[in-house]
Amino acid sequence: MRRLVIVPFRKSLQMAWQSLRVRFFRSLVTTMSLVLAVAFLSFIQTGSDIAGGLLAGDGATYQQLLLQAGYDLSTDGNSIGGSAKQRWIVFLSLLVCVVGIINAQLMSVSERFREIGTLKCLGALDRFIVRIFVIEAALQGLAGAVTGALFGALAAILAALVRFGLAAAAHLPWPEIGTTILAAVAIGTLLSLLGVLYPALVAARMEPVEAMRVEQ
Amino acid sequence: MGEKKKIVRVSGVTKNFDLGRIVVEVLKGIDLEIEAGNYISIMGPSGSGKSTLFNMIGGLDKPTAGKVFIDEVDVAQLDAYELAWLRCRKIGYIFQTFNLIPVMTALENITIPMTFAGVGDDEAVRRGMALLDQVGLGGRHGHRPAELSGGQQQRVAVARALANSPAIILADEPTGNLDLATGEDIIRLLKELSSTNGVTVISATHDYKMLNVSDQVVWIRDGRVDKIQQREELDITTGGLSSNH
Repeated sequence: MRRLVIVPFRKSLQMAWQSLRVRFFRSLVTTMSLVLAVAFLSFIQTGSDIAGGLLAGDGATYQQLLLQAGYDLSTDGNSIGGSAKQRWIVFLSLLVCVVGIINAQLMSVSERFREIGTLKCLGALDRFIVRIFVIEAALQGLAGAVTGALFGALAAILAALVRFGLAAAAHLPWPEIGTTILAAVAIGTLLSLLGVLYPALVAARMEPVEAMRVEQ
Repeated sequence: MGEKKKIVRVSGVTKNFDLGRIVVEVLKGIDLEIEAGNYISIMGPSGSGKSTLFNMIGGLDKPTAGKVFIDEVDVAQLDAYELAWLRCRKIGYIFQTFNLIPVMTALENITIPMTFAGVGDDEAVRRGMALLDQVGLGGRHGHRPAELSGGQQQRVAVARALANSPAIILADEPTGNLDLATGEDIIRLLKELSSTNGVTVISATHDYKMLNVSDQVVWIRDGRVDKIQQREELDITTGGLSSNH
């Protein structure tokens, strides 16, 4: 018996994209928690990048202002000390975000049970189902993470300008902010993929006979 | 002319469902042979094991004991790839609830099985359009399922089932969610396809309208084949298609 042809990647991408586009608001809700968590991460990280830039640029002026603004400076007063509390909050927000994504994706899988069963009846392999879900999550993750990262960084920059005055704009550390945004995008996309793994496996393991069931 | 090819052969099939504390025997030894090109109806009351038998024939479920052969291939011996191949190329499924993919247009729905079978895009679109014409929906290719009536959706589903020119079409209560007239349309369409394309149509049904077009009716009762009636033995008094005018 001959083996099934593997569906080309372009075709899977097209199907995933179509599914996202048609269910736009549904996907938006799934992505929202990711946008918020990544924005938070990006905001915190950009904030400390900016503080570092201000210290490096004009330490004498900004040291006191930074302390007043609540930043923890290291003992020599020349760099920003990372606060453990802050790291924990960021970590927790990302954790909550992943749980949220798993939850939303599981919902989406059970909404599409019949669709998945039908695809399997039509000859889809388990791995095709997994692939569709992973591609959808990657697209959602990328879009959500880019939005969140830019939004968070922008908010951090505006907050810094308001707090330290427009003069601070001269000391903004653009390369560091850029790196932070890229890192936040990568982390966000990764979280989205992490969140979809279990739901995608649930979907792929479903028996095609489910598609026959009348009650949904 | 020699004996017709047996497209489906079911021998000594039993199926138990283990519900933990009790084991339910749904099928209690079914033997059945289906000739290629026939229109078969599987009739039986709810809970008779009709759907279970139907799922076995469709390669969607495996028997507890006994064997199911589709085109002389033992379904139980197939691995996941081969099963997918079988579902894709040999069998076309039609569901009671139509089960079109809601985010795709009529044409896209019809071409998915072709994509799974490795047919190129242009060829798939050409064949998809031809199939839409064949089921009387030419010009509706850009419509999503939500923009089609129940009967039209089922027509798209029939076209999708035919996508890879399968040997068997399995229809599970294809008229169950349709009104009387639309249901008759679908039955007539299936019958037409069975006679023109030589496809074997196997349908599980409650619908007595089906009997009039069937070459063979298999009655299932209590997990066993109760009787098998040929077309000529059927008592056509149930109305519907028998009166053509």
